[in-house]
Amino acid sequence: MKARNLITIQDLDRQDIIEVLDTARSFKAINDRTIKKLPTFRGRTIINLFMEPSTRTRTSFEIAAKRLSADAINMTGSSSSTVKGESLADTAQTLAAMNCDLVVIRHRYAGAPGILAKNMDCHVINAGDGKHQHPTQTLLDLFTMRETFGHIAGLKVGIVGDIVHSRVAGSLAPALTMLGADVTFVGAPTLMPSRSDVLGAKVSYHLDPVLPDFDVLYMLRVQQERLDNSPFPSIREYSMLYGIDERRLEAMKPGAIIMHPGPINRGVELSAAAADSPRTKILDQVNAGVAVRMALMYLMLGGDENASA
Amino acid sequence: MLLLKGARLVDPQLGLDSIANLLIDGERIAAVGTDVTAPQGAQVRDMSGKVIMPGFIDVHVHLREPGQEYKETIATGSRAAVKGGFVGVAPMANTNPVCDTGSRVTFLLEREQEEAVCRIHPIGACTKGLKGETLAEIGDMVAAGAVAFSDDGRGVQDDGVMRRVMDYVKMFDKCVMSHCQREDLVGSGVVNEGVVSTRLGMAGWPAAGEEIQISRDIALSNLTRCKLHIQHITTAAGVELVQRAKAAGIPVTCEVTPHHLFLCEDDIGVDYDTNLKMNPPLRTAKDTKALQEALIRGDIDCVATDHAPHAAHEKALEFELAPFGTTGLESAVALLMDRLVNSGRMGYDRLVQVLSVNPRKVLGLEPLRLEAGAIADLSIVDPNAKLIVGEGGFESKSANSAFLGWELSGAPSDVYVGGVARMIDGKLV
Repeated sequence: MKARNLITIQDLDRQDIIEVLDTARSFKAINDRTIKKLPTFRGRTIINLFMEPSTRTRTSFEIAAKRLSADAINMTGSSSSTVKGESLADTAQTLAAMNCDLVVIRHRYAGAPGILAKNMDCHVINAGDGKHQHPTQTLLDLFTMRETFGHIAGLKVGIVGDIVHSRVAGSLAPALTMLGADVTFVGAPTLMPSRSDVLGAKVSYHLDPVLPDFDVLYMLRVQQERLDNSPFPSIREYSMLYGIDERRLEAMKPGAIIMHPGPINRGVELSAAAADSPRTKILDQVNAGVAVRMALMYLMLGGDENASA
Repeated sequence: MLLLKGARLVDPQLGLDSIANLLIDGERIAAVGTDVTAPQGAQVRDMSGKVIMPGFIDVHVHLREPGQEYKETIATGSRAAVKGGFVGVAPMANTNPVCDTGSRVTFLLEREQEEAVCRIHPIGACTKGLKGETLAEIGDMVAAGAVAFSDDGRGVQDDGVMRRVMDYVKMFDKCVMSHCQREDLVGSGVVNEGVVSTRLGMAGWPAAGEEIQISRDIALSNLTRCKLHIQHITTAAGVELVQRAKAAGIPVTCEVTPHHLFLCEDDIGVDYDTNLKMNPPLRTAKDTKALQEALIRGDIDCVATDHAPHAAHEKALEFELAPFGTTGLESAVALLMDRLVNSGRMGYDRLVQVLSVNPRKVLGLEPLRLEAGAIADLSIVDPNAKLIVGEGGFESKSANSAFLGWELSGAPSDVYVGGVARMIDGKLV
């Protein structure tokens, strides 16, 4: 793989993505064994720098690093909205001085992983930056789709919910487009970016007319904490318009699947029936997350000089 | 006495565009003409190849003093102005403390005397503390020497307060300069709403958040008959609003910045260059083109830089946290020379209109002319000089230029303020 860092999904081309997904398949097999650890990155240091609360993504990265025998260190901090405290550039230089090999960064503001990469020599993986992108989530989503359907090209994917505030949609839509899938954003105009075409997606404000077309129904989490200045009138109305209940489960194409980046709000975007339906691949996504992140680290760090020494 | 010999002299106010000599005696021009020679004992400077014009004024700068002297001071800001070819600048009131009383205007004018190498034309706040609530002591500031009034930085949000400001300013025959930003529409926007906000995942600032405020202020100017100047206009639709108001006889003018003329949202890449974070934001390539055409055509009155110096550590922050603005004094004239004048799209006469004649009208200053008896405030450019923006550093205390590394052909070379040479051959005196 040519990419030194994964800041945006566009850092990878089609071939890179396929390489990650293929490699992840072997790691997934290892993860199913009793002894899951490989000696690959013994003596190498990976820092998980999480400047915004996260449990799932951080844990997934930590497990991935440990299964490759790297020393994984978790650092948390708050990316406060003021100038006070240490700047990200200074944090980067501090970490660089400790000779780490890879920094995984989650940050509240768009573009932050780039600041890190600019200020240090080690590899950087973006684990979610503001409302911009979440490229490793995209890779695990692509893995899940590919394992389910055997291909990604030609799939019809509906991404439903709060698109404008979603870093998940911000990287998934361009990646799917790059791989030849057909993407539609579904949600109210108040939840849409102003130029969905820039991300390669079509737009439908209503779910029911397009629901039967989708092979993949990708449900985004409703950010209930944002309801002060709410882009929709109530959770009740949101569920009415966009929630997956039994009626909508029935209306889906045979073989179509439901995905969600987690954590889910039961009763909001997914009813209990939908969350527990056999169509739902949420736990497969979580499972793929570890394998995909192992694959990415393996391909990214494995090519370093003296990597095997 | 000093004879500037053999330059091209351009002054559209006099219909002048010819190669001639210009004699300076003390702070004034003594004579202009092909037959003017150096009297006994006069100094002579060969200016052949250069173009002498009435002094350029930047009606919109931030000099940061008092309060943020780590970004800029009157001394360094005025040096940056001269380096960029200006004889005077109008600093906005958003200092700390805010320039909202006569004594604070007096402070600026004292600093001008002590430290500045160009003229300082203070802009007073419209409302106390720039809060948009109650009138600042406008009469006191006029008495102290404020030339116009603005709450630049955010703009007056309340319609009733803005009406009161304009009604009040009118009695002094001064102009209200308006930063047009409707905060309830703009919210936390940091880039233009559209392609770039979608691509980079950041909150967008819609053009309507500017255009609605322009419409409001035009309506209030029509109501109060107070002179209105729209600051840093960024969209084709905004220019059209101003154009229609002018045609209806409403006393409105507008300015455009070099960054809105020569940069657009597409220039903001995945590197999230915070030097391109502006308020108002860089708009579309279509707007840029329309603004250039409007400037050349005469629909935009002035070019103003909105020179906004910020320290490196502030601009090194995440894009959403970094402060808005670019420095502009040291690149503006060179950009206009390179992109518009040398490329043949705009004449020197128009350059004088947008940098000297119209800015002076907006600020209510006496016109400057290239004729005997006039104050010798001169801006001189060398059409063949090369400039790489930022190479060799800036006179400004800050280096947050959106144009770093741009190679420009045509640059300011000499500046005279009140007959005193402040820059000779590109070097400050």
